[in-house]
Amino acid sequence: MNVLDFLITPAEACKRTGPHDQIVFSSRVRLARNLKGLPFPGHAKKADRLKAFEALMPAVAGLPQMGEAPFAEAMDKLSALDKQLLVERHLISREHAAKNAGSGFVLNQEETVCVMVNEEDHLRMQALRPGLQLKQAWLAIDAVDSSLQERVEVAYAERYGFLTACPTNLGTGIRVSAMLHLPGLVLAEQINQIIQAVNKLGLAVRGLYGEGTEALGNIFQVSNQMTLGESESDIVERLNKVLLQIIEHEENAWLKQVAEKPKVVFNHIGRAYGVLSQSHSISSKETMNLLSLLRLGVDLGMFGPTPKSLVDELFLCSQPAHLQIGHPEKLDAEARDAFRADLLRQRMKAVPGPDHTKVASKPE
Amino acid sequence: MRCQVCKKAAATVHLTQIVENQVKKVDLCEACAKEKGVNDPTGFSLADLLLGLGAAQKMEEATTATGAEVVCPDCGFTQADFKKSGRLGCSKCYEVFADGLDALLKGMHKGTQHKGKVPPAVRRTADVRAKLTKIESDLKAAIAREDFEQAATLRDELKHAKKAAQEA
Repeated sequence: MNVLDFLITPAEACKRTGPHDQIVFSSRVRLARNLKGLPFPGHAKKADRLKAFEALMPAVAGLPQMGEAPFAEAMDKLSALDKQLLVERHLISREHAAKNAGSGFVLNQEETVCVMVNEEDHLRMQALRPGLQLKQAWLAIDAVDSSLQERVEVAYAERYGFLTACPTNLGTGIRVSAMLHLPGLVLAEQINQIIQAVNKLGLAVRGLYGEGTEALGNIFQVSNQMTLGESESDIVERLNKVLLQIIEHEENAWLKQVAEKPKVVFNHIGRAYGVLSQSHSISSKETMNLLSLLRLGVDLGMFGPTPKSLVDELFLCSQPAHLQIGHPEKLDAEARDAFRADLLRQRMKAVPGPDHTKVASKPE
Repeated sequence: MRCQVCKKAAATVHLTQIVENQVKKVDLCEACAKEKGVNDPTGFSLADLLLGLGAAQKMEEATTATGAEVVCPDCGFTQADFKKSGRLGCSKCYEVFADGLDALLKGMHKGTQHKGKVPPAVRRTADVRAKLTKIESDLKAAIAREDFEQAATLRDELKHAKKAAQEA
């Protein structure tokens, strides 16, 4: 089956809404599990890896939670472009994209549950939700896990809980994370303080697309690191509390910026609009950073009825693999930069020029 | 200063992270930093790296104490493998390398006893066991107070419960 035919369009994907989605792009909960009696994938001989693959692919694809006709394919049957598309959609890890025979991927039609077979563990199962919905994501993946465990026996010890290849995932095997857009905290230069504070709580902050903590597009991912000695619901609850605080700080940060340095904020956003709608060659990095400012402008009400889903769609469509779609020849970086600029100029026609007089004093 | 991973090249990349109020530092050479994905924040976590390094050391200490090199009988995994990958080979490895792992897990997690979800099958077995224990103690109590009518009911109940447990 073709990945592109199966995936929902970027436009559709970006129209999904959830609580706090002005700041929180998505919530996800991942569980790591291994089959009882087989070595972990990284240390397994080919025969054992295939045994796990053959047992798990039909078991996962047949789960009631995966719904009607899920996408289920071996990694060696996917093209390099297919794999990269899945990475850009955050449906598989980069590590999994590098896998071939003996590894697989299963995704439901709604794209709310996806499972990697034979990544670092036999099973990496993930539930995704738009906005801040950690608990809902946990309940969804918990149900998938429970019903899968009626079909296969997983490695579990009373003391250590669910056994994983890496001791950092031991116990619950859970990774709870949210993807955040934090332009206010970056503009106010408060982001490093926030990251340090969050680190102190034993949580990890990662830039999503960029280098260091200056994440491209002001996008950050916050997740738990400890998985043993605490229940899943406690981990979810703790992360949720921290995220609500970050959201509050972000809202305050940009309210304060607009109140104290309106010219700086409007200048950034106005220039972003100019470049995005007028360039003929633009890098991925610059695009991400400018789209982040455009999204802030939309949130502030500077672009009239422009929906933020349009900006989110452009975030996705300006990624390398998404740009490659429809081009039979492999595009090099230069060609991609030109096509990216073409796409942006075209789509920006639907966005009216920035009007700073429309800025509301409070977030909508 | 030498790189903490390869122990050969000079360390030129120095990283600091605060985890649970503890300052953790790691020094790497350029090649190892690149290999560990230090420049690629999507895949890099200093904590993971630190934990991997610490883990190898802890496991090494545990085995020097006993003298012999430990090999997992199920999958042939050794501590050298762990040092290289920071991953274990199979479920059995968690028993085989338990001595070194415990110290490592203490520094890595909130506790060393699992407090989360229990597999449905394990939970059911535990429920049945708890039910049997309860009936047995009720039965003893009934006999002790010479309530033989109640004891007979409980005895039958116990028989049924045991039979059901065996069939499940």
